[in-house]
Amino acid sequence: MGDFQTHEHDVLVIGAGGAGLRAAIGAAAVEGCSVGLVCKSLLGKAHTVMAEGGVAAAMANVDERDGWETHFADTMRGGQYLNNPKMAELHAKEAPARVHELEEWGALFDRTQDGRILQRNFGGHAYPRLAHVGDRTGLEMIRTLQDHGIHQGLKVYMECTVIELLKDGDRVVGAFGYDRERGRFRLFKAKSIVLATGGIGRAFKVTSNSWEYTGDGHSLAYHAGADLLDMEFIQFHPTGMVWPPSVRGILVTEGVRGEGGILTNSEGKRFMFDDIPELYKDSTADTPEEGWRYVTGDKEARRPPELLTRDHVARCILKEVREGRGSPHGGAFLDIAWIKEKFANSEEHIKKKLPSMYHQFKQLANLDITKEPMEVGPTTHYVMGGVRVDAETQMSTVSGLFATGEVAAGLHGANRLGGNSLSDLLVFGKRAGEYAAKFAQENGGGEIDDAEVDALAKAALEPLERDGDGENPYEIQRELQEMMQDKVGIIREDGLMREAIDDIAKLAERAPKAAAPGNREYNPGWHTALDLKCLLTVSEASARAALERRESRGAQTRNDFPDKDPDDWGQHNLLLRKGSDGAMEVEKVPVVPQTEQQKKIIKDNQ
Amino acid sequence: MAKVDFKIWRGNGEGGGYQDFSTDVTEGMVVLDSVHQIQAESANDLACRWNCKAGKCGSCSAEVNGHPRLMCMIRMDEVLKETPEGKPVTIQPMKAFPVVKDLVTDVSGNFEIKKKIKPFKPRKPDAEDGTWRMAQEDVDRVQEFRKCIECFLCQDVCHVLREHSLHDEFIGPRFLVYTAALEMHPLDTEDRTTELKDAHGIGYCNITKCCTNVCPEHITITDNAIIPLKERVVDKHYDPIGKVWRWFHGTKKEANDQE
Repeated sequence: MGDFQTHEHDVLVIGAGGAGLRAAIGAAAVEGCSVGLVCKSLLGKAHTVMAEGGVAAAMANVDERDGWETHFADTMRGGQYLNNPKMAELHAKEAPARVHELEEWGALFDRTQDGRILQRNFGGHAYPRLAHVGDRTGLEMIRTLQDHGIHQGLKVYMECTVIELLKDGDRVVGAFGYDRERGRFRLFKAKSIVLATGGIGRAFKVTSNSWEYTGDGHSLAYHAGADLLDMEFIQFHPTGMVWPPSVRGILVTEGVRGEGGILTNSEGKRFMFDDIPELYKDSTADTPEEGWRYVTGDKEARRPPELLTRDHVARCILKEVREGRGSPHGGAFLDIAWIKEKFANSEEHIKKKLPSMYHQFKQLANLDITKEPMEVGPTTHYVMGGVRVDAETQMSTVSGLFATGEVAAGLHGANRLGGNSLSDLLVFGKRAGEYAAKFAQENGGGEIDDAEVDALAKAALEPLERDGDGENPYEIQRELQEMMQDKVGIIREDGLMREAIDDIAKLAERAPKAAAPGNREYNPGWHTALDLKCLLTVSEASARAALERRESRGAQTRNDFPDKDPDDWGQHNLLLRKGSDGAMEVEKVPVVPQTEQQKKIIKDNQ
Repeated sequence: MAKVDFKIWRGNGEGGGYQDFSTDVTEGMVVLDSVHQIQAESANDLACRWNCKAGKCGSCSAEVNGHPRLMCMIRMDEVLKETPEGKPVTIQPMKAFPVVKDLVTDVSGNFEIKKKIKPFKPRKPDAEDGTWRMAQEDVDRVQEFRKCIECFLCQDVCHVLREHSLHDEFIGPRFLVYTAALEMHPLDTEDRTTELKDAHGIGYCNITKCCTNVCPEHITITDNAIIPLKERVVDKHYDPIGKVWRWFHGTKKEANDQE
């Protein structure tokens, strides 16, 4: 075998955003467990820092009517009942304790008048439920986990990318990757592995995700033989920046709407009142006046339609644009400045509640959100689908391989509620870490196949050996992103998705011919070439699942099947796995059934 | 659209120099967009770090026209205003850290410094529900410090590190802010003043405020974090009456611990 830097751990966590850090802390808390934590960037830079609005937990600090049952029912309704109900229940029950734990580790959330953790309104949540720190909650969380984590004996491998999982028979026993700085290969031996690699946003042109989110964990798990689930459900966040072009896609927090921001079209009309889905009719305000009372804390009022679920708001904005009532750069107007009609000191209030939004628009778009409306439009934000896991342990269908956070599927069903991702990563990060440590203790190590590792190393170097004579990896990536945006985007139809699958196959033939000039030292061209395999795998999974699901539900909107199909598709999830011939297989499976008690809770909370 | 000339430093730890590039700049582009465009068009292996592209992760720190900045938060039209007519825009890596390659520097030392600072140690929960009560106004002060995105621009401009390379004796502004956030945390019971004075070298800071001036999060590093910490060090170590008082009564933090 080649001379690789070899590292040995009981548990290897791949990905160091909120989920990975929480998993690593959870595993390290188990006596005698050695934990390695691999991150693709520097520690503390992962996408969790971008989470703005807050972390959902039914602590009932602001509205005493809240409780885990309501949070559970809201999550199921938001996910259009394709969620794994067991995960939704565990999540709702355990989130408050996980948030308090962060406070124990030094997090400082905004406070209520009586000194408890303050909670804010968010789309799809019946009560003010999001613990937050202004609009930089994700930064507070990742920093708290990071600063606590570095004292728990973790070994952190910064700027390191994993390119393949290694198996011994049916179970995982290691991972192979390279360090980005010097380009040296690293071989990790581990008794169990937790994937916490986040999402797949870079498969699309307009996205709030950074370069890292190339679906690595999804792809690693798939190629290791694990099942993927719900890959058709990709959340397009309704409010991304649309202007100037270079910032298109950057997130504008839902917190803007939670604080009273309204959506209007070019005619100045508040269009969200025009289309309120049946499921939410009873809980949505009839008038702007009632909506305003809701965001200012009137418990008798119902929420404004801007706080409907993200899938619905995104579609409504798109409809305005398509029908010619969009903003100048193809979005809608999001106006928080209007609250000056209600407040004497509205400018200070906005700056205090939404400081980074103020900053972001001021610096990037030269626009003062306390005085003018923003222009916003949908942006690829989050994938509900991912690795199919056991609800309690987060273990995938491959022995010893766990997944948590965005890369795992099940909790969110067809659409995720805002704030549920941060609570997801805390609740299931902890579980994944602890169960991975338990698995390691009970199962010991396995054998690594040296020849396999040598072959991986050789293949990984090929883009460099072409000496620039081959395809430009950036060009292949760009073509894929544009194609996915056009053909597997917010509005989908049969013909376009079939084309997409063909296009992906053609790009998959070109990708192995990508060439990267330069050497192995910090070479982004080489890194981009190696990431293509993951991007193509997740793109294919999403296109195939979206084609198969012949209905519109949650984040999946089909032109050719505009309605929900409650009897058939509403009772099924889609699984994807690698067939014995190497081709991707799609299988329709029944949803995880709800218990009688869960059914009752859902009914009582309607 | 207009062609803009750039001089970008390229090389590694062993040496390097400026290389000329030219690329189209369109409305609203930031410096990082130009670098990415150059990377995609003509220098696939040009190394730079980035993540969020919205000033929230602190990855893309570099020196643009000599000013330490986040490349994602500075618009090209502003940069062109300050660039003399006919001159290229220059981009170079942060000077206070060893170069890895091109615009990427080795900032790993910062992560090691943090480990040496005593971690958060909360007092026992004192509310009936097993948590704590804290007033917003007490939290505000520390929330300012917790805005830090760890871009390390403050470490880059600090002359103690940049000019005198005293990395082993002085933890630098980022970690004084970090220490201040812990020391002023309403729940914290740890005492870090002795290390501040000895191992962490707070005395080296002569409050020139260079760090405050470059902070993209507008944290008033010098006035709100460093000066109060200096005062704590003075109170503890150079105030004879206080020393005698504590000898009999213990420090406030020790008193908390005993409860």
